[in-house]
Amino acid sequence: MDFNLSREQRDIVRAAREFAQGEFPNRAAEFDREERFDLGIWRKACELGFVGTFLPEEYGGAGMGFLEHCLITEEFWAVDPGCGQSVLSTTFGAEMLALFASHEQKQHILPGLCEGKGILSTAITEPDAGSDPTQAVTTAELHGDEWVINGAKMFITNGTQCQNMVVFCVTDPDHPSRHQRHSFIWVEADRPGVTAKKLHGKLGIRANDTAELAFNEVRVPADHLVGVRGQGFNQVMELFNRARLHICAQAVGLARACLEDSVRHVKARVQFGQTLASFQGTQFKIAEMATRIRASRNLYYEAAWRSDQGKMDHALTAMAKWFSARTAVEAADEAVQMHGGYGYLDEYRVQRLYRDAKILEIYEGAKEVEKLIVARSVLG
Amino acid sequence: MEILVLAKQVPETAEADLEITRDGADVEREDLVYTINEWDNYAVEEAVRLKEEHGGAVTVLTLGDEEAEDVLRRGLAMGCDQAIHLNDEAFLGSDPATVVRAMVKALGGRRFDLILCGVQSADQGQGQTGVLLAQALGLPYASLAVGLKLVEGGLVITRELEANTLEEVALPLPALVTVQSGLNQPRYVSIMGIRKVRGMAIEGHDAEGLDLAGQVGPEAACLAARRLSLPETGAGAEILSGSLEAVCARAAGIIREKGGLK
Repeated sequence: MDFNLSREQRDIVRAAREFAQGEFPNRAAEFDREERFDLGIWRKACELGFVGTFLPEEYGGAGMGFLEHCLITEEFWAVDPGCGQSVLSTTFGAEMLALFASHEQKQHILPGLCEGKGILSTAITEPDAGSDPTQAVTTAELHGDEWVINGAKMFITNGTQCQNMVVFCVTDPDHPSRHQRHSFIWVEADRPGVTAKKLHGKLGIRANDTAELAFNEVRVPADHLVGVRGQGFNQVMELFNRARLHICAQAVGLARACLEDSVRHVKARVQFGQTLASFQGTQFKIAEMATRIRASRNLYYEAAWRSDQGKMDHALTAMAKWFSARTAVEAADEAVQMHGGYGYLDEYRVQRLYRDAKILEIYEGAKEVEKLIVARSVLG
Repeated sequence: MEILVLAKQVPETAEADLEITRDGADVEREDLVYTINEWDNYAVEEAVRLKEEHGGAVTVLTLGDEEAEDVLRRGLAMGCDQAIHLNDEAFLGSDPATVVRAMVKALGGRRFDLILCGVQSADQGQGQTGVLLAQALGLPYASLAVGLKLVEGGLVITRELEANTLEEVALPLPALVTVQSGLNQPRYVSIMGIRKVRGMAIEGHDAEGLDLAGQVGPEAACLAARRLSLPETGAGAEILSGSLEAVCARAAGIIREKGGLK
């Protein structure tokens, strides 16, 4: 069993780390405070090929695996989660388009995501439909050769900044199976009737745009249906099976940042005549953090590797997602604890990491949902 | 224009807590992360820029173990065209003169218009490899370059001297230039660059192949590291402690006492 990354994968890790360390640290606090991001950094990342590496070469990607995308994600988040999310969330949903969209749809949307010319939003969640997407009530009705969309979406990443969105809509309300009532419809963000309002006051990843969307008699051509009508729910699951891998990488990156800052602090901070690092209580915290990070990483490496081998293991991905997210939240908690009063100030990165961590247990599958998936695989 | 760049793999030490080995001759290397020598990175960037502007090809060369291939791959990803790896653990611990002897053998008479390398390496800091190679190849050289301009008939190099003084020197080609940090802004390595490296072969040489078996490494060196030591906290050092305000007030007081704050 070879646990080593290939030379090329190690090259990718180094390149991603250097980019993030060069671009993020000086701006991260400002973006967090002002709830905005400089898209120039995203464009630069695109020019260097960091965005959309998992997309096929014919659509502008690097034709690499999800593992490589995860490696980049981990390095970006290890420097700053808000910046990392702002750069890499711009392709969220492209995993699903690559699987199900028509060649024309892919040609229209995907290359721009890699070139820094387009941002994609995937609108699934609604005010009353979160962990259970089958409760989504936004409708798309086929009127002649057009879909007419009405409804509202909530917590949509890059909602005010995207050029294209794919919207999860009820298209077959009378189907006996609630899993076959929805479809994804591609909507250009500048279609009449689409409004996007930025959400303010998020706890963390504040650099990244999150919006609520409203669709009022929005009309798009019939060929904007993505994949097969009525198969939207399955497409969501396929998307999450892949996108959750990225969340694991985000979590490991964030937890690494917590460990790095904590190690630096406890080696320098002297109390009772000795460094904090010399106290066994501190050593245990550091040991537990390092172990959990390593375990989380091994879990997601295997999950991503299986996905890239075409042997997707849903339960393993769900294990990796909840465990790595929990690791990140706990690491952030202990990092602030070890920093004491300093960790409570925004001058110290751990304060931001503490706030950034929580979303990992919520988005793209709350930890409870992940555990249900794991339990189902174990109990049958 | 044919350019050769020398690039060395060194440990990253800015954030590392260095520990000295039990025999006192080296630092513990097990937990260190390795990267391209900072000065050499500027040299690679400069070489690639010159090629992009004036055409030609860039060859990057390193001497080290298997892992040192990483700096060659990095150079190729940044835009170098060929790579030469003096790849043999027997080379480790060689002194600069031996390193240069091996390089000359591996180059085997190949001619370059310009050879660039960092002024020194971050680990040993001897600053000799570049100038010794120039000497061995009979090339004119300039050191500590912070500016480099290709002109009719040669190069104009801006050298960094003491006290912010700059010296401009002209030299004909072929030549060797050792590069100071800050010569340029090295580019990031791109995913496209990394993918390009996939299909590239790296020319490898070991000591035996170069007819240097038994003539390299620490045994052949004319100088040997005897003892490494970390600086001790001397009488002149004062560690301030207390609250942030107290530490700042005391620090400001000391600076004022010494005449640094009017």
